[in-house]
Amino acid sequence: MSDTNDTLEQVREIITELLGVDADEVVPEARFREELGSDSLDLVELIMAFEDKFGGEISDEEAQGITTVGEAVTYIDTNMR
Amino acid sequence: MGILEGKKALIFGVANSRSIAWGIAQALHREGAQLAFSYAVPALLRRIEPLAEKLGSTFVEQCDLSQDDEIDRLFNKVSVDIGNIDILIHSVAFANRDELSGPYYATSRDGFRVALDVSCYSFTSVVRSALPVFNPGSSCLAMTYYGAEKAVQHYNVMGVAKAALEASIRYLAADLGPLSHRVNAISAGPIRTLAAAGVSGFKAMHSKFTDLAPLRRNVTIEDVGNAAIYLCSHLSQGVTGEIHYVDSGFNTVGLSTPSRE
Repeated sequence: MSDTNDTLEQVREIITELLGVDADEVVPEARFREELGSDSLDLVELIMAFEDKFGGEISDEEAQGITTVGEAVTYIDTNMR
Repeated sequence: MGILEGKKALIFGVANSRSIAWGIAQALHREGAQLAFSYAVPALLRRIEPLAEKLGSTFVEQCDLSQDDEIDRLFNKVSVDIGNIDILIHSVAFANRDELSGPYYATSRDGFRVALDVSCYSFTSVVRSALPVFNPGSSCLAMTYYGAEKAVQHYNVMGVAKAALEASIRYLAADLGPLSHRVNAISAGPIRTLAAAGVSGFKAMHSKFTDLAPLRRNVTIEDVGNAAIYLCSHLSQGVTGEIHYVDSGFNTVGLSTPSRE
C-alpha cells in the first residue's frame, strides 16, 4: 500500500501545481471537473503531466475513464509502475 | 546586447509552457525583443497571462483568427498600444479531433474547411493585416510539419493544411520581398504540445523518432526558438520563402535500420 500512498502524493503535487488548488482538496474522491474545477485543456495537461512523471502512454479512451484523483492513482499504479 | 534589441514581436499561438510559440517567445526575449501575445479562446488567458508577465509583456489580446473583424480589431490595438512591429510569429493550427485518426478520405467537407481556414488562411490574413504596422525589413515566421510533404499516419487533413501553408509561405515571400519583408517557416520535428495531444498515435511516433533521426534525439521548443532567432533577425536577411527544418535531420534520411550501438 505504501506504493499507492506514494503515487497519491506525487499525483497531488502535479495537480496542485497545474490547477492551483490546495493540497487538502486533492483527495481520492475529488472529481477533476466538478470539485477541482478543471476545464478540458486542464485535463489534457494533467494527462501529459502524468505521462511525463510516470512514463508510458495514456490513450484517449483510457483518459476518459479517469475522472477522479483516485481513478488516476489506480490507473497509474496498475499501468504505469 | 541581444541581436533583437529594439525589435517588437507579435506572437500568435502560445497556449501553455509546452507551446512551440512559448519556446520562440523565450528566445526572442533573451535576444532583447519586446513581445506582444494574441490567443484564440478565453480559456487560454489564465495560462498565457503569467507567461507573458514573466517576459515583461503586458499586451495579451484575444483574437479568433477565423474572424476578419477580430483580426482588424487586434491590429488597430497593436497600432495604438505598440506602434510598428518587426516580427510576426504564427504558431496556430486547428483540426477537429476526429479528423486526426483513421483514414484521410474520411475528412468531412466542414472539417476540411475549418482546418484549412485556421491553419493556413489565418497566416495570410494576419500577414496582410500586419503590413501597415511592419517596420522595414520585417520578418514573418509560421510553423509547419513534415506531414505537409509526406503522408504521416493520422496527421491527415492537417498535413494537407500544412502543405497549403508551405505554398503560401512562398507566395507571401514573393509578394513581400519587394517591400523588404521576409516570410519563412520552421518545420519542427514532433514535440509534445497541447496540440500534438490531439493527434492519435503521437506518443509512439515521438518515441520512435529518436531511433530514426540522425541526431538520435527529439527536438525541443528551445531548439525551435534558437532557429527562430536566426529567421527573425538580420542573420537571415538574405533568406525568404524557405521551409527550415528543425527536426534532428529526420527529413534528410531514408528508411534506416538503426543499430543500438
